[in-house]
Amino acid sequence: MAASAGYQWRRDKDGLGVWEHRGKVAVAGFGHSPVDRRWDEVSMDKTLGAYSILACQKAMDEAGVTPDQVDGIICCDSHIAGGSGGTASQWAPRPYFAPPYDSELGLTLINGQWLAEQLGARNVKFAPTGVPTISEMVGMAAQAVGDGVCSTCLVIYPTGNLAGRYRRGGENADDYARGARQWVAPWGNHGGNDFINSFPHGQYCRKYGGKHDDLAPFVVNQHRNGLMTPWGYNASHNLPQLTIEEYLNSRYILNPLRLWDCDRPVNASTAYLFTTAERARDMKQPPVYVLNHSQHSFRKRSTQEDLDEIEEWTDRAAKRMYEGAGLGPSDVDVFNPYDGYSIMTQFFLEGFQWHGVKRGDSFAFYAGDIRVEGPHPLCSSGGNLGTGRLRTAMYTDSIEQLRGTAGPRQVKVRAETALAAFTTPSSGGWIMFGKHPN
Amino acid sequence: MPKLIPVADPLSKPFWDAVNQKRLVLQHCTACDRLQYPPQQTCQVCNAPTGLTWKEVEGKGHIAAYIVIEDGRLNRRMPDQPYNLAMVTLDADPRVNFYSNLPGTPPYKVPVGAAVEVTFEEVAPEQLIHEWRVVA
Repeated sequence: MAASAGYQWRRDKDGLGVWEHRGKVAVAGFGHSPVDRRWDEVSMDKTLGAYSILACQKAMDEAGVTPDQVDGIICCDSHIAGGSGGTASQWAPRPYFAPPYDSELGLTLINGQWLAEQLGARNVKFAPTGVPTISEMVGMAAQAVGDGVCSTCLVIYPTGNLAGRYRRGGENADDYARGARQWVAPWGNHGGNDFINSFPHGQYCRKYGGKHDDLAPFVVNQHRNGLMTPWGYNASHNLPQLTIEEYLNSRYILNPLRLWDCDRPVNASTAYLFTTAERARDMKQPPVYVLNHSQHSFRKRSTQEDLDEIEEWTDRAAKRMYEGAGLGPSDVDVFNPYDGYSIMTQFFLEGFQWHGVKRGDSFAFYAGDIRVEGPHPLCSSGGNLGTGRLRTAMYTDSIEQLRGTAGPRQVKVRAETALAAFTTPSSGGWIMFGKHPN
Repeated sequence: MPKLIPVADPLSKPFWDAVNQKRLVLQHCTACDRLQYPPQQTCQVCNAPTGLTWKEVEGKGHIAAYIVIEDGRLNRRMPDQPYNLAMVTLDADPRVNFYSNLPGTPPYKVPVGAAVEVTFEEVAPEQLIHEWRVVA
């Protein structure tokens, strides 16, 4: 099985022009596993392996593809919860089970080779290792199919969670701060998008006016959309609709970041099937074309990113994506930016100027009509806040919106382009989908 | 409770040695005359691979923003919750910033925009870290 050493797939620079494969690659299928809060470490039908196999089977069935037709597998081989794990969980080692569950592979870790074997995908020639997160994986798949490295590529994003409070173990239980953590952990920064975005968010409020709790209508709307997303955690577990009052009364994590500003870690897997536009047109679902993919990795100047940097980075990421797609802000119908912490979405909204939102406009925008059935259906997916820490709702909803199969979540405005990302302001990637290839 | 103990590496050792002497030294790029913190292998501004020296700076700054950690993940710091975490910019170059728990400032009572000066705290025998106090 070929690796990808040296394969240059990224579009991570300014000024690359329109993507050479614009409209020539498509998503032909997707599949979601059930979404659990945690794996109970005994149910073998609920491991990340079992769920990843299920997600792949659903994606292939939806497209009408058999395993022997799959020649590419891109699978994120990270615990997602990270080495820190949970306090009460045993991430590894453990008393293992009979093959193929005789190691951590298939339980809390997945990789392309393991999956290919389980699926019976005998003709895989592209299965890179050390794969980054979903935001870049979709770009890698699109480029690989466009370049002819493979023609029918599964992209799998498993996200794991075990018992115990999230990421309280591992290095977060250490008395010492090593490596890059020597500059942040002594003072309390455990590392993550909560810290990355909290300080710029505070600066944002002071610069443009407004207060943290102006996020309430956005967060509540994410939950509303999530309850209309049947494969997400909130809907499938019949969670009640979050109210403004509940949000405002919720406890603080990193004051002013509240509990409901944070996504809920889950145990689940999602799969997408990328193929050529030509092949997709012969498959079972209407193709959803890829108009561009882009990546970014910006370096902070000092210890903590500030508002100026966040705004500069999101401006650059937007320019890079729009240039490659040959489109502008007014061309984006469906907009699904990341919301893992609610405090970062505004930076993307303003950077991409969706529906004319400029710097400092977000709180007023959130207070307006952002419902899916309204004129400004922001984050129609419900994001992570509405579906759990899948990090894939943005992509699936975009596909469903363009197919016209989003059900009660279907936007009433034009739905011919969709822009989606799991990404942070500093690093990650975006993908632009189109109902039409041109 | 004592804070987490930084572990110096070959790149950062000069910085932490200075901190243990109650001095604040930052990398200084002689090519573009910029200060840099945390230390890196190359200049983050002009990418010069050589010419990075250590320069002592005056420990004066201002509070740019802050949060209050009420439910953090660092086990060693949990008994201290809630506590302030501020972003402090260096007066000598406001593009350089530090974290600080602002010793002497009660939680939630952070005067954003106030002047601060560096101080040093022991986190382990013979290991200090740099902190910042609001100037009275």
